[in-house]
Amino acid sequence: MAKDGEVQLFGVRGSPFAGRVQVALELKGVQYTYFEEDLRNKSDLLLKYNPIHKKVPVLVHNGRPLAESLVILQYIDETWGNHPIFPQHPYHRALARFWSSFIDDKCLPAITKAAFTANKEEREKGSEESLEALQFLENELKHKFFGGESIGIVDIAAGFIAFWLPAIEEAVGLKLLSSEKFPKLSKWSEEYTNHPVVKENLPQRERVVGFFKARYASIVASK
Amino acid sequence: MADEVVLLDFWPSPFGMRVRIALAEKGIKYEYREEDLKNKSPLLLQMNPVHKKIPVLIHKGKPICESLIAVQYIDEVWSDTNPLLPSHPYQRAQARFWADYVDKKIYDLGGKIWQTKGEEKEAAKKEFTEALKLLEEELGDKAYFGGDNLGFLDIAFVPFYTWFRGYEPFGILNIESECPKFIAWANRCLQKESVAKSVPDQDKIHEFIVDIRKKLGIE
Repeated sequence: MAKDGEVQLFGVRGSPFAGRVQVALELKGVQYTYFEEDLRNKSDLLLKYNPIHKKVPVLVHNGRPLAESLVILQYIDETWGNHPIFPQHPYHRALARFWSSFIDDKCLPAITKAAFTANKEEREKGSEESLEALQFLENELKHKFFGGESIGIVDIAAGFIAFWLPAIEEAVGLKLLSSEKFPKLSKWSEEYTNHPVVKENLPQRERVVGFFKARYASIVASK
Repeated sequence: MADEVVLLDFWPSPFGMRVRIALAEKGIKYEYREEDLKNKSPLLLQMNPVHKKIPVLIHKGKPICESLIAVQYIDEVWSDTNPLLPSHPYQRAQARFWADYVDKKIYDLGGKIWQTKGEEKEAAKKEFTEALKLLEEELGDKAYFGGDNLGFLDIAFVPFYTWFRGYEPFGILNIESECPKFIAWANRCLQKESVAKSVPDQDKIHEFIVDIRKKLGIE
């Protein structure tokens, strides 16, 4: 068996969550097989490996499945010790966990509300919440990356903001991440998306914008 | 004073209970500070400006927010006694996955059961029972989710049991017959000193829920 064991990743091209796992695996040079899922017709394997949530990404290592991107990222870091993405000190680890969860629990729902809600008032509320959330991240950024001089778990989690948020903004005609309001975060976005490993694993921008345009159109149509 | 541990908490909070249990499991001495959630202290707002919520663990003046993050922090700092997380990365990941599941499902569904009526309530009860059954499956034949001893998932989950008992009269949720394994596991946990001394009296929780329902206008 290869030194890494057998590693499989079930994802969807364009998914920011699957993208997180890919970045971590590629950073660490782990060999893996990628399986593209059709979310309208989920494979038997996916349903077997993630019966609880039935979602991507799913990482299968030596036949043992794991779901939830942030859980998977910690597992990857604990299993492959090179190029650590998680700090060593317990307090910094707690902060890394806090900010990664913050992105999923606060930022993403706010951005989704701001862009993909039929009700105008709800969208405005979503924009307010998004700006508030982005401000917290702006204040938290003290180095080139959230992880310091190299990318860490918070950067990987925040990839959504660096790449997918601008695509959403273009698709629905929204402006949240401006360089005037968020100079550090805007610069970080550029640095992150230009990181060689990240860049190589980003989906095609036009496709992502197209996907969000379609999503927006269906929300508006349902009014 | 250098090792000072403070917990900002609210007595009925299941999230606060998690941190209390973890601290008790490790035998850590700490100062408990009760927060009035309608009048949050300047310290709470300073220590948790992002969410403004309890529990907040303060260690050597530095705050750790979010209960599951605080429990992991406690396990990593006081690593020489009673490990709370498994040692193997895969089991650790599974424990984290299920704790996340408890957070996503149990709290919200439980709340819906005692705060809503009619169809919404029935739908929540059904989903809730399904979630409990999944967790029962995960427990299997083990005494605790952590194996022979209390672990991360036990700590994440057991505080909600005190609330289930509290809303059983309102939810008309008969989990005793539907999920006997779960009840047996919960009672086993409550036998542990760290759990028993960290969770409030069942009657007090019940009274608290009665109170909120009155305030919310739910009969």
